[in-house]
Amino acid sequence: MSIWNYAEYAAWALSAVFGLYMVIDWLKTDSTYSEEVLTSSREGELEAMTEAQGGHHG
Amino acid sequence: MADFDIASKERDGMGPHGTNVGLLRVLGPAHVWALGVGIVLVGEYMGWNFAVGKGGAYAALVACWFAGILYTCVAMIDSEVTSTVAAAGGQYTQAKHIVGPLMAFNVGLYLVFAYTMLEAANAITAGYLISEVARLSGFEGTLDQRPFIILSIMFLAWLNYRGVLATLTFNLVITAIAFTAIIILFLSTTGIVGTSIMQHADLMSGSAALPYGWIGVLAAMHFGLWYYLGIEGTTQAAEEVRSPARALPFGTLAGIMTLLIAATLTWYVCTGLIPWEFLGDGLNGSVAPLFTAALLTNSQPLVWLLGVGTLFATLASANGCINDASRAWFSLGRDKYLPGWFGAVHPTFRTPYRSIVFLVPIALAFALKAPLDQVVTFSILSGLLNYTFMPLNMIMFRKKWPMGSITRGYEHPFHPLPSIVLLLLCAITFFAVFLGYGTQLVAMIAFYIVASLWFHFWRYRFVNRASQFTMPWPRPKGY
Repeated sequence: MSIWNYAEYAAWALSAVFGLYMVIDWLKTDSTYSEEVLTSSREGELEAMTEAQGGHHG
Repeated sequence: MADFDIASKERDGMGPHGTNVGLLRVLGPAHVWALGVGIVLVGEYMGWNFAVGKGGAYAALVACWFAGILYTCVAMIDSEVTSTVAAAGGQYTQAKHIVGPLMAFNVGLYLVFAYTMLEAANAITAGYLISEVARLSGFEGTLDQRPFIILSIMFLAWLNYRGVLATLTFNLVITAIAFTAIIILFLSTTGIVGTSIMQHADLMSGSAALPYGWIGVLAAMHFGLWYYLGIEGTTQAAEEVRSPARALPFGTLAGIMTLLIAATLTWYVCTGLIPWEFLGDGLNGSVAPLFTAALLTNSQPLVWLLGVGTLFATLASANGCINDASRAWFSLGRDKYLPGWFGAVHPTFRTPYRSIVFLVPIALAFALKAPLDQVVTFSILSGLLNYTFMPLNMIMFRKKWPMGSITRGYEHPFHPLPSIVLLLLCAITFFAVFLGYGTQLVAMIAFYIVASLWFHFWRYRFVNRASQFTMPWPRPKGY
């Protein structure tokens, strides 16, 4: 077998490792934290804070 | 904003209005540059040369200039609006604030499709490049490109999943190498260092000058976009930069300047070395023109450098596309334009992890099943619809919030001239696309009409209307 055949197998294996990492971490995260915390991001928080501090713009 | 420490560790991305876990504000102007140029630079390495096939070398140069003007307008308009509407989602968030929900939904879809299709096209290209390396190194069998296509997408999605700082620092390094490779090729072949091997006079005279006349110049506009397509992606970093008002205009405008230089140098070197018939055939002729030019120099270091540059440009583009598509999808979810489940942020990595993972199988399906030219065309058309929205958005923005009514991070000059020029150039490009891909254009517009009907009659009832307008601006003029 050529080195390129091994490279093909290595690419399949690495793809599986990266994919599994993401799926396992995703499931772990979803089961550890509540949905309220995970989806608590609100657009414009920074701007709202800036306004609250006296309306400084720049 | 100047008096507020937005890089504060204590309040970073977290505020008094309910955000427990937000995107991380860690990026600087260099990352914004790397995001914009990284997505685009692959267009210099391959793709732009189809413009040569449509109308010859001069037509490709005219397309390079006109598309350059189009994208300079895009960069200026984007810099002004996004430095003011500093939130993830880019043009989607701009549309939501300035035009309305239906426009915002459509723009969100344009963005996700344009970037996901481009990501798929880049992965196909990466697979092809690796098979070419195998062939050139003496491998006699047929390399299976699929594992390399999948690995490109999986590795970059994993990088994006793990954090935005590492993702865009990686993009910064590989984009800088790819850009430097173009400069070195230019210096080595044009006589600035060593002897010039340029043959413009021989290759561009007689019938080779404008082989299809002026209609060829018009047709070349379609692929002229390829020199710059994607620079508008810098806006997606708006919620993750430390100083939106400074970093976004600086990174975006530095990006378009870099691309204007790279596009001109690429055109000059390639048309001076490669006959237009071969250069313009991107399928059976010169697939990667800068690499072909390096091969013609007979210099082994240049061949290696441009080979690495081609692969790096491809990966940088796919990487930036994953970043941008996931931010647009995340923003649509956060506002309930799509299920709110997509609006989640990873508590450790502070990335929109569900959006990143959800888009992986879609990109894989297009990369493994769809033909490259169809994928690329769908990406270009979605991008073009986005560019058509931008000037209308800009005109409304200035009308509703005139100069002085809100603080802008950047104010673009000569308004409304850039908007009018952009609109005119978009109309010309739509006509050019219609000449070559009329069926796809009609099919895609039909798709967006159906999606709009679905949104209007069904999905809009779920939209979080209270969060439609989040910027602390005064009431718009006339309302």
